[in-house]
Formats: sequence, C-alpha cells, structure tokens
Amino acid sequence: MPQTLVTVAYIAASALFILSLGGLSRQESARRGNILGIVGMLIALGTSIASLGSAWTAQGIIALAAALVPGVAVGAVIARRVQMTAMPQLVAILHSFVGAAAVLVGIATYLGEHRPMNEAEMLIHLVEIFAGVCIGSITFTGSVIAFAKLQGTLSGKPLILPARHAINLVMLAVTVWLGIWFCRADGHAGLTPLLIAVAITGILGVHFVMAIGGADMPVVVSMLNSYSGWAAAAAGFMLENDLLIITGALVGSSGAILSYVMCRGMNRSFISVIMGGFGAQEGSAPAGGTPAGEVRSVDVPRTVEMLRHARSIVIVPGYGLAVAQAQHGLAEVTRILRDLGIQVRFAIHPVAGRLPGHMNVLLAEASVPYDIVHEMEEINHTLPETDLVLVIGANDIVNPSAEDDPASPIAGMPVLQVWKARTVIVMKRGMASGYAGVDNPLFYRQNTLLLFGDARKNVDSLLAALRG
Amino acid sequence: MKVIIPKEIRPAERRVAATPQTVMRLCKLGLEVVVQAGAGAAMDLSDAAYQEAGARIESDVRALWSQAGVVLKVRPPEEHHVLGMHEADLLPENSVLISFVWPAQNRALLDRLCARKVTVLAMDCVPRITRAQKMDALSAMANIAGYRAIVEAASCYPRFFAGQITAAGRVDPAKVLVIGAGVAGLAAIGAARSLGAIVRAFDPRPATRDQVKSMGAEYLEVGMHESGEGAGGYAKEMSSAFVQAEMALFAAQAMEVDIIVTTALIPGKPAPRLITAGMVESMKPGSVIVDLAAEQGGNCAMTRPGEIATHKGVTIIGFTDLPGRMASLASQLYGSTVAALLEELWNEARLVIDTSDQVIRGALVVHEGQLTWPPPPLPMASPPPEPGVAVRATRTEEHAGAEKAEEARPGAGTAIWIVLAAVAMLAVGWWAPPSFMGHFTVFVLACFVGWQVVWNVKPALHTPLMSVTNAISGIILIGGILQLGGGEGWAPKILGAIAVLIAAINIAGGFLITQRMLAMFRRQS
Repeated sequence: MPQTLVTVAYIAASALFILSLGGLSRQESARRGNILGIVGMLIALGTSIASLGSAWTAQGIIALAAALVPGVAVGAVIARRVQMTAMPQLVAILHSFVGAAAVLVGIATYLGEHRPMNEAEMLIHLVEIFAGVCIGSITFTGSVIAFAKLQGTLSGKPLILPARHAINLVMLAVTVWLGIWFCRADGHAGLTPLLIAVAITGILGVHFVMAIGGADMPVVVSMLNSYSGWAAAAAGFMLENDLLIITGALVGSSGAILSYVMCRGMNRSFISVIMGGFGAQEGSAPAGGTPAGEVRSVDVPRTVEMLRHARSIVIVPGYGLAVAQAQHGLAEVTRILRDLGIQVRFAIHPVAGRLPGHMNVLLAEASVPYDIVHEMEEINHTLPETDLVLVIGANDIVNPSAEDDPASPIAGMPVLQVWKARTVIVMKRGMASGYAGVDNPLFYRQNTLLLFGDARKNVDSLLAALRG
Repeated sequence: MKVIIPKEIRPAERRVAATPQTVMRLCKLGLEVVVQAGAGAAMDLSDAAYQEAGARIESDVRALWSQAGVVLKVRPPEEHHVLGMHEADLLPENSVLISFVWPAQNRALLDRLCARKVTVLAMDCVPRITRAQKMDALSAMANIAGYRAIVEAASCYPRFFAGQITAAGRVDPAKVLVIGAGVAGLAAIGAARSLGAIVRAFDPRPATRDQVKSMGAEYLEVGMHESGEGAGGYAKEMSSAFVQAEMALFAAQAMEVDIIVTTALIPGKPAPRLITAGMVESMKPGSVIVDLAAEQGGNCAMTRPGEIATHKGVTIIGFTDLPGRMASLASQLYGSTVAALLEELWNEARLVIDTSDQVIRGALVVHEGQLTWPPPPLPMASPPPEPGVAVRATRTEEHAGAEKAEEARPGAGTAIWIVLAAVAMLAVGWWAPPSFMGHFTVFVLACFVGWQVVWNVKPALHTPLMSVTNAISGIILIGGILQLGGGEGWAPKILGAIAVLIAAINIAGGFLITQRMLAMFRRQS
C-alpha cells in the first residue's frame, strides 16, 4: 500500500472521528455520530494492517488475530452486560486499558527498530517515548484506583498521607531524573530507568487518585479520559503516526473540557481538585454554625397525596438514585403523574452522579423522555413557580449554604435552588451529610419535608400507592 | 329619547342598572338619562356623581316613569309598595324595559307587560354566543357570585384555605369541591385556588374539563360517559343511571372535602337536588356548603334560601344576593352589559328592534305588547370563554433556552498563559528537528478542533461522549499493530500483541456501549 494512500485513509478516519464527536452535540444525530466513529475506526485499522503489506509474517498475522478477536469479543460482552449504574466504573477501567496499552506500545517502540535518525531527532524520539510511557502509566494505575473507588472496592473517602504534596513532588523529580538518564543511555540500556519510571509514575497515579474524595470522581474520571488521549497522542509522536496524534488530541481536549465543566459545576479550580483531600474534614462545622432545628418527616401516603395535588413537579436525582437502582420505579412514577396531567420535569446538576451526564443516561435507560430532563441553568429560574420538588439521593447539589454561607466549604458552587419551590420533599436514608461532608440547611427549612428510608423501597411504595 | 334609571325597590337590593361610568356611555349615544334620586345611595354613589356624568336627577317616582322611553332596571318589575302599584303599570305605552325578567318563572309578569303594550328585553335571555359576550349580564353576575361564594365560605370556615407548615405544626390545605363548572363555578375555582385550597370540580359537560384544569382544579369524573351538553351553555338533565353515579361521587367527596360550592342550574326548572341531608351529615364538623342555586330551590336539601343554616355542625350558605353583596362592582358590570345592549339597539339616533338579529331576538321577550318568548331555538355548543374570568395560560418554558445560550465559554486564558504558550512554541521552533514540526502542527490543530467540537456537546450526552472518546482512544491499537507487523525481535511483538488485545476491548466495548446508551435516549411520544 503506497504511503500516499495510507495518508488519505488516515485523513478520512480523522475526519470521521471529528464528525463523530460533532454528532454528539444533539440526541438526534448522536447515533449517527457513533456509527461514523465505528466506520472511522474500521478504516484506520484496515489501513494500518494493509500499510505494512509484505512486512507481515505468518506468525505476525496469527498473533494479531489471536489478540484482536478475543479483545473484541471481551469488549462486546462487557458492553452488553454492564449495568447503566455501573457506567462510571466501566469508563474508568476502559481508561486504564488505554493507559496500559500506551505503556506497552512505548516500551515496544523503544525495544523495536526505528528509522535512522540524527541526534536531535533521536532525542525527541526518546523524550516522546518516555513521556508517553509515563502518562500511560499514571493513566493506568489512576484509572484502576478510580475503578476500585467507584466499584466500592476501595472507600470513597480520600486517603490523606502526611506531606503528600512533597511525596508527589519528589516522585516527579525522580521521574525527570530518570528521564535524563534514559535519554543518555546507549542502545537498549535505557530500559532500566524506563521501567523504574513506569513503576514510580504508577505509584504517583495511585497516590493521586487515592487522595481524591468520592464527590470529585466526575472530575477525576474526566481527567483520566483526557490523559488517555494525551497518552495516545504521545504514542502517535513516537510512531510518527498522524492519525494517532489527531485522535489523541481530540480525546485529550474532550476530557479537558469535561474536567473544566465539572470543576465549574462545583465552583472549584482544577488545581484544587487535583490537590485532593476534598471532603476529608467530615463533621467539622462551618463557621456560620451548624444549622440547628427540627426536621419534619413525611410518610409515603402523604407524599402520594402531595404528588397528586401538585400541578408542577421537579425531580432532582443524585448519585443515591443510581446506588439504589431506583430509576425504573421513578420513571414509572413520572409516567403516572404525567398521565394525570401534572407537569413533571427532571433537573440535572452538572456534577450529579459520578460521571458527566451519568443521570441523563440512567433516566434514558428507564425510558424517561429526554426533553423533560433539563440542565440546571434551564430549570433554576422556574423553581419558584414549582409546586413540589422531589430530591432523590442528592445532597450537596441542593445545599442552600453554597449561596448563603460564605464560610461553607461549597460556597459559590452553583446549586439547584429547590428551596424556592413551594414544597420540597427530600428522600434520604438518614441524616448523614453528603460527600462534601457539609451539613445541609435545606433539611431544616420550613417548606422541606424528609421522606426517610431506602430510595428504592420508597419509590416502589410511591409507585404502588399511585397505582392503587 | 329619555332613558330612566329607577332605584331598585326590592329590600336589600343595593345594585342599580347604571353607574356614572355607564351613564356617560349612554349620554355619548345622544340619550337623555334620568336617574331617580338616591338610586346609588346604597353603594355610596351620590346623585352628584350621576349629575356630573351627564344625568338628570328626578325625585318624583311617577314623574320619572312617565317620561320614560327606555327603563333600565336590575330586578324584574314588582309591586311598588310605597306607591301602591306595580312597576309594570308605571311603564308608559310603547316604552322599552331592559332588565332581568326570568320569563320562565314569571309568566304572570309577562302577561302584565304584554297588556301594557311595551317592549321588554330580558338581560337573562341574551344568547350566550361569542358576539353577545359584552352583553352577557348573567356571566358577569355569575362571576361575582362564584368569587363571593368562596369569600363567604372562607369567612364561615374556621381554618386556613392554604396548607402551611409552621413551627407550631402542619396545617393541611382545605379541600374544595365545586359542582358545576359554568362561569360561577370557574370563578369559585379560581378564588379558592388563589387562597391556596385544593380544588376539585365536577361538571357533566366534558367540554368543561380543560377549563377546569386551566383554572388549576382537578376534574372529577364518574365512571360512565354521557355528555351533559345542553343548549346555550347549560347542562341538560341527565339520565337516571348517570345521576346515580354522580350522587355516589358526591357522597364519597362529601366525606373528604371541607367546602362544597354548588352551582347546578337547569334553565326553566327547579335546581337539581345534588347534596342530600345524609351527605351534609357525613361532612366534617366545621365544613361549609355554599348553594348558589338557592334562589331556584337549592342544590342542597338543607339550604334555606337567603339565609345561613347550620345542620349538624355544617354551615349551609343559601344567600340569593351574592352579586348584590358586591353591589358597586355588580352595578358596574351589569350597567356596562346594559349599555352594550343599548349601543347595539341604537341606530341612527333611533332605537331599532331588529328581530332578525340573533342576539336581540333572543333577549326580546315582549315586542310591542306581543309575547315573543320563548325565541326559536338556538343550538349552541360549549359556553364561550367567560368574560371576566381570567383563564390562566399555561406557562411555556420557551425563554429558558434563550437565557442559557448566553452562557459564556472560557476565554483563551490569562495573559500569563499566552506568554508561556508563546515561549514554549518558540522553544519548540528553535530546537525541534523539521521532521517533528509536521506532526506538531497536526497535534496543535487537532487540539483546537477537538476543543471547538466538544464544546457543542450537550451535557446530557457527556457520558456517551466519554465512552466514544474511550473507544476512539483505542486507536492506540495501531501502535501494537505496527510492532506486530514490522521489525524483528520477540519482545516488541509480545508487548504489541498485548497492547492490541486490551485496546481492542476498548474499541469494541466503547462503541457498543455508546450505541446501547444512545438507543435509550427517547423523546416524549
């Protein structure tokens, strides 16, 4: 296959990837976008295999098939089996695969042959390999830890080591020193510093995700998404492959944007999220004093009555909904209420859930039509005219102290102003605070009622009462 | 031509057929208006105010009536006890009377009027069609009655209408049942809703369903379908099976609700009996019933027309003068419907009774001494949108999107970042070999393209975005392929094969899960 044709095919694949991301701008075109991405990927793979032409050996082809076929099969099975509530974990583990692949490709490239290069080119080449391997390693271990935290294997609480920033800095410095050693090594002697660097950056990845609390997971997952892109781009540089570079850059910037959106949703700087430790000071009272007062609880029959008599209802789902797997029951409740002629809408906070857009996917899975699912900015100004707000498994994103209390750890975070509605019913398991570890004055408001109990059970009994 | 406005003689009737405002309208037509002295006194309208509007004041009742070309009244003519004669007999020959007449209930009065050789236009007979809305005195009065019914109920009801959650405990909202969703019923719904009550309404005419809902009440239905649509915006009498079903509904509701407002009337017949003594007894103590049909015998068995009755702790309000309790508003609205009718009749400085005009023909009950009631039937569908009843439009969320579009995108960053980026670019340009620069160009441009494209992705699709980018970043598989296909040595090939394996999981998994997710996103059907 002539090189020019390969280039043309790569251009086509890159264009298809860009169109694929562009297609996701709207629900209507999203599926076509995904198909375009698949087509682009097939072109890219076909071209890559064909470009090597006569260089393929029989063993090589067998090895390729032996790797490719099971890989695709495993991916397909995972895609079919995974629960929508487990999407954050799945995304995290897929990131780790990209990271691991980047490490492997980097090492393989170093050990393999390369075209003749002058000294400057060689240096650049080595820097590319080293950077790609290190980013890949951080992505790999970081994603594995993120996966374990989201899966619940590891506690969502941040692990705060003493002098953790110093530890990170030392590890970084050692990595840079190893990089210099690696670039100066002759032949394949650089393998030792490269492997040590893989180990150290791996520990760095572990340490840095361990320090981040559960509520910041959307940022971490987006950031690892970004890293996996940069790792691919670095692989593209070392292999001098433009398609890899383009794709890596697309993914990298996409992840960066998502991280930015998530940070803005929490009114926190990217740096402060990366530094970690948010939500560690559990139980520490905000300077404004703990909001004292009585909470008023409500039972299921009374809630049903209020739902029936409301003219407009806004439902605010949070991570608790995903944990309780209550989305299907909730969708059914929504359908019944809408059949009664009641306006029911959903309000989604940007950081609700553990993944950007997580709540939307859950509600879509439960067949909630997406045009009644609104973003925070769309719905906040209509809350004062809303009869009833139902908060399910959400806490920090409806906390009024983000607006009222400058001393609150979440001060300035944009929140859903549910307290402006006529009545708020909060479904809660108990009086524990949210991931941010901040008490929520919403619960003590005059127009707030608490419906205690497991979200799944409560939604099911609401459903039974509405049907009965 | 002289238009006279006598003072109403029925005791406790405070309304009058014209206010200074409507007198002005009549004067503008070129009519001479004469008002009986003290006509508006009961609602604090002085004679001077009428004079200022252009009317003449006449204190002698006989002199007033004798000069009449047109007489404007509220109540039908009745016995004038001070003068010892009937008002109908005061009407000069060939004059025109405009007032409520209720011809079906007042046959004797009609005969009397025919004998006087006069023309009578009954405000209660104006057809309820769209063109005649400005002359629809019944709707204007019913609107007031419906509102006032809730006000009266609220003053007798010993609790809040709106539910509250106070530090001293929770107060449940009052539950109000409105029977009959005509103008009065809808006005009652509106008033009760704005006080914060939970309102339900029942009406046998299915066309009222949306009107009831638009006022914010729940529309109750019996389990069977029979349209109660009668002529002229009224309900017809229903079959016995339907009546049984609705009675069962009322019985069930009576035990639950705190306030019942009944407005059920069937033209020319006594009001249907809807609330039995047993239902009254089943209501909670302190409950209130307002019977707007009291004058026609009442919808409730325990109603005493014109009075407040109590039965086993339940208050039954049977006032027949609810519009009169808001006399100045009622006079204002009634006066302007009368003025509108006169404007319709007034043609080139003459009063013309055009019997081919649907509206005038409908209102005309006596024409120059001839009985012209009832008029030929005028089939009508649902009542027109009621004047004076503000139907709340359902809010749309249209403007929500517009505000959101203003969301600012992040800028290019601070000056420091720009400088740093420039320095980095210069450094790359200085040191890097030419072979690197091509790839670098591609990289930077791809970052920009990605940045631009991804900002357009809806937040709702961020999870699919992540899984697609996940799949795409599996492109690193190419790196593995290149190792497998080319070069010598086992180590790179083994590493490459593993890379291909895991990247393939990514590609297949990422794309398929995205497809699965996107298939779930559905619009509302």
